[in-house]
Amino acid sequence: MRLYLKLALRNLLAAGVRTWLNVVVLSFAFVTIIWSQGLYRGMSRQAAEAMKEAEIGGGQYWHQSYDPYNPLTLDEAHGPVPEPLAKLIQEEKATAILIIQGTLYPHGRFFPVLIKGIDPRQKILLFPSMYLEATEGDEIPAVIGSRMAKACGLKIGDTVTLRWRDKQGAFDARNIKIVHVMATTVQSIDQGQVWVSLDVLRKLTGMENEATVITLAPGTTFAEEISGWSYKGLDFLLRDIDEVVRGKNIGASVIYVVLLCLAMLAIFDTQVLSIWRRRKEIGTIMALGMTRPQVIKLFTLEGALHGILAAGVAAIYGFPLLSFMARKGLGMPQAVDSYGFALGERIFPVYSAGLITGTAILVMLVTTIVSFLPTRRIARLKPTEALRGKLT
Amino acid sequence: MENEILIETRDLVKIYPMGRQELVALNKVNLIFKRGEFAGLVGPSGSGKTTLLNIIGSLDTPTSGSAVVLGQKVEELSHREAARLRNQHIGFIFQTFNLLPFYTAFENVEFPLILLKIPADERRRRAMEALDWVGLADRANSRPAQLSGGECQRVAIARAVVKRPAIILADEPTANLDAENSHHILQIMEELNRELKTTFIFATHDEKVIGYLRRKITLVDGRVAKDETLDLERRVEAASEERRPGVLK
Repeated sequence: MRLYLKLALRNLLAAGVRTWLNVVVLSFAFVTIIWSQGLYRGMSRQAAEAMKEAEIGGGQYWHQSYDPYNPLTLDEAHGPVPEPLAKLIQEEKATAILIIQGTLYPHGRFFPVLIKGIDPRQKILLFPSMYLEATEGDEIPAVIGSRMAKACGLKIGDTVTLRWRDKQGAFDARNIKIVHVMATTVQSIDQGQVWVSLDVLRKLTGMENEATVITLAPGTTFAEEISGWSYKGLDFLLRDIDEVVRGKNIGASVIYVVLLCLAMLAIFDTQVLSIWRRRKEIGTIMALGMTRPQVIKLFTLEGALHGILAAGVAAIYGFPLLSFMARKGLGMPQAVDSYGFALGERIFPVYSAGLITGTAILVMLVTTIVSFLPTRRIARLKPTEALRGKLT
Repeated sequence: MENEILIETRDLVKIYPMGRQELVALNKVNLIFKRGEFAGLVGPSGSGKTTLLNIIGSLDTPTSGSAVVLGQKVEELSHREAARLRNQHIGFIFQTFNLLPFYTAFENVEFPLILLKIPADERRRRAMEALDWVGLADRANSRPAQLSGGECQRVAIARAVVKRPAIILADEPTANLDAENSHHILQIMEELNRELKTTFIFATHDEKVIGYLRRKITLVDGRVAKDETLDLERRVEAASEERRPGVLK
């Protein structure tokens, strides 16, 4: 094998510009794949971290009737906080959230919303709950997200009517005062939601000491079975993000598949041309004692070496470029809010050894296959005709 | 040892299909070549010289009949066995030199030894020795494009002899060379034949080559028309015969 490697490398380097053009195109494919994959990994990781910090903590207990995708369940999705979880809340290892349906009436319009009650003193989530302690006037202090504020045309200091149904199903309404508009990357705590103090919401609805969701502090290992409540781990809670990222990833894959195809086309073309131009050489090396499979091996290796050289070239310019991107991040336009999950203003790509190795293996495997395909012609080649410069 | 038969063809026939017709390139050729011969296949274009060389060199197989080379029937060899036979025992010299363009003279000569898996040190020694035989040791690092036609053919000779094969098959080795270079490489080959007892078989219609042959086999339309042993006087005569138009027609 060393012999073939040496011969193949010698032939490849001797081909000069043709080789280097292929290598450079292939190296673009290398860097683009790693960059785009790293970007989506970074995006996924950032979104997951933001969600963990602001919403899901280290896992959640859901009331057994709670289904976030079915608002109709919210009428039933609340119950007294069970003893073990109450103990965790006391120890500041968990925080309770009560969720009910409501309607907001800003500027004569109405918006169906989720009213969420959270303890203003909680330290579990990175959430500006401290603003909910404000007690000026009769109005209920409320926090909304910037997207919600924009959708409703509300700003800090605005007063707006909020209507809800209490535990018995009776409608009630009060004015709330927007005490803070939070700029969060986590849309799932922003859009269509109004946050108030947990105690206030419990009083308003007659759901004393009740909750819909108990969020555990990060690192809390508590995951006991509790009757009427179900534990949801991070894998479960982050699966939506994973799904969205996977979906976006498939879209991005098209770009690098196209780039990879271009590189492969160039290599395929080079191989076909090489076999055509070098048919006399093929005949000569057969006359010197190489078998057809050996010649095929040599030419396939020549093609496959493009992948190795491309990896080297990609490392030369790709390593500093990708490191720079990982340090400085990539600025995200406002439009990315429509991605459906938390995105910061900058995305910091994350590259792992697995990603780089996997990409290298993928590119080299595809390059080898593409290099092999044209060489099959050699299997049909008669040495006497090759020596005369013919291809059969 | 010198009478050892290296090559024997029996009723050798080679037919090429040409559309609906067939071209008989060799027609019942019976020949024997012994160790150390310096023989030539002579005849006009299309007489079957190259076809016979290709079959002897196990690059091609006969349509019928048999070609036994170093005890192996060419028609029965697999691709791998044929390649091994060529690799170990047969050297080729081509009209157009057929040097590997990306390799230096040294690397071209070294190539057959690489295929024989000879260690690097030994390869280097033998390749340089072969280049020395043909007077090109000082051009070892030149690529074919940097060499003249005569030098390229000398490199090709060095490549053919470097593995000390039993047989060297030379197809029109002087066709692309001027008279001076032709004589030079023929002298080298004659010397190697004498020193190494390598059997040389030429396919040629060049009178300069014929002037060096010790055996001349004339092929006409795929048949052996004449098979003669030449002494020095006869060699000169044969060479001049070749110059006369129509002699072989």
